[in-house]
Amino acid sequence: MMRRAARLGWVPAALLCAAVCSALWADAAPASRATEITQLKDSPGRDLTVGRCIICHSVEYIPANAPAMDRASWQKSVQKMRERFGAPITDDEAKQILDYLAANYSDKKSP
Amino acid sequence: MLTRRGLLWAGAGGWLAARTYAADSPGAVTSGTEEVVAALPGKRPLIQHAFRPPNFETPLADLAAPFTPNNAFFVRYHLALIPEVDPLQWRLQVGGASAQRPLTLSLQELKHDFTLVTVPAVNQCAGNRRGLFAPRVPGVQWGNGGMGNARWRGVRLRDVLRRSEISADAVEAVFSGADSAVLPSTPGFAKSLPVDRALDENTLIAFEMNGEPLPHWNGAPARLVVPGWAGTYWVKHLTDIRIEPKPFDGFWMKGGYRIPTGVFPGRRFVTQETPETTPVTEILVNSLIVSPAPGSRLQRGRPAQLSGKAWDGGSGIVRVEVSVDGRQSWRAATLGADLGRFAWREFHYALDTSRAGPLQVAVRAHSRSGATQPDKLIFNPSGYHDNIVQTLAAEVA
Repeated sequence: MMRRAARLGWVPAALLCAAVCSALWADAAPASRATEITQLKDSPGRDLTVGRCIICHSVEYIPANAPAMDRASWQKSVQKMRERFGAPITDDEAKQILDYLAANYSDKKSP
Repeated sequence: MLTRRGLLWAGAGGWLAARTYAADSPGAVTSGTEEVVAALPGKRPLIQHAFRPPNFETPLADLAAPFTPNNAFFVRYHLALIPEVDPLQWRLQVGGASAQRPLTLSLQELKHDFTLVTVPAVNQCAGNRRGLFAPRVPGVQWGNGGMGNARWRGVRLRDVLRRSEISADAVEAVFSGADSAVLPSTPGFAKSLPVDRALDENTLIAFEMNGEPLPHWNGAPARLVVPGWAGTYWVKHLTDIRIEPKPFDGFWMKGGYRIPTGVFPGRRFVTQETPETTPVTEILVNSLIVSPAPGSRLQRGRPAQLSGKAWDGGSGIVRVEVSVDGRQSWRAATLGADLGRFAWREFHYALDTSRAGPLQVAVRAHSRSGATQPDKLIFNPSGYHDNIVQTLAAEVA
């Protein structure tokens, strides 16, 4: 996780520090079912998603919210993180992150 | 003044267990989601919704005591930088355009210059039970434990505000704390209150909880306590109060903690209201079944007691009713000691275990102001105010 974060190209030092704190924590946790549910599904876009999201928060929020989410709600969420919370995510990255979240964590049941 | 050692707590917090609960019916006391239990430093194992920023829920069994132990009290943060504040270095700034005499107070001055008071009160996260919403809504997926009851000790906010000589044009008081976001571009956590609620005799700047200094994770060294109002207003690690002649336009007032206008009962926060949405304010009348645990098997013929808690936004609880026949008939539960109108009230009810078979229990509380719990959830997109009639499925065998 730490190595992945470091490969992400430009990340300001403070943000990298935050990422490393999270990564250290993940490494310290014993392997168990509990750690599995904090690890995101391995599919294209995961590294970018983890790298950007953990600047501000742990990734548990993603699987925890999946039952409430579909592509449209993930789009709103990513937009909120960028526009309201100032997340440093480019348009191209936002699309990759949205594709990843929509493909892997959209468990909202249609009414 | 502030150190960042608190950031490194995460490595010390050990995983303890993970368990899965089956999905259950509306109003029932399970969340239907995966639960991870972990301990923050100084806390006993709590249900972990997120470790950064930390959001930890009190397990049902820890809600049984009249006052929720400090080390089991829920933890809720929006922003990830949470400094350990040195109480000797801590200062509270009081100012703003409607404060004619700005103040800086140390903890020592706060404790010695003002009357000390204790208020027992429920602190309930506005989003408590969000995880039980159907359909599901985004946000921290709280079960029942985004709440607790404690004795809060401190000084009256109004005594401090009066010393700052508030002018007649004051509209809102704005509060912020020492915790902050990782990115400078993220809005800091700040909340406002209508000036009359800020001047209410029950609104406190508290530095003790259940007879001990506030735990770090619950806002040390001082936090706002707004009895009867949702936890979002109870700003932790309080450092700054501004009295302003105009409505505060911060993100956490305008962009979050809002419900549809005119749909729910409770005090209106008029200066923050729009035709579409209005801030969550007062806690609605509510109850919680603490025992028996959901799905319990009760032994036939053996006495079994239903017990739990009931509370509202400060009028107090006058009656709790129990139905065991599908809400056809209701009988009064026995109420426990009155701990104060902002505290929760215990209730007990002897269950009939004379016949074997499934037991479907429903509970509803009545407040002194005449309100009771609705049968159906009033859906709102951010998942607030779930105060529906509580249910429990058990079995007599």
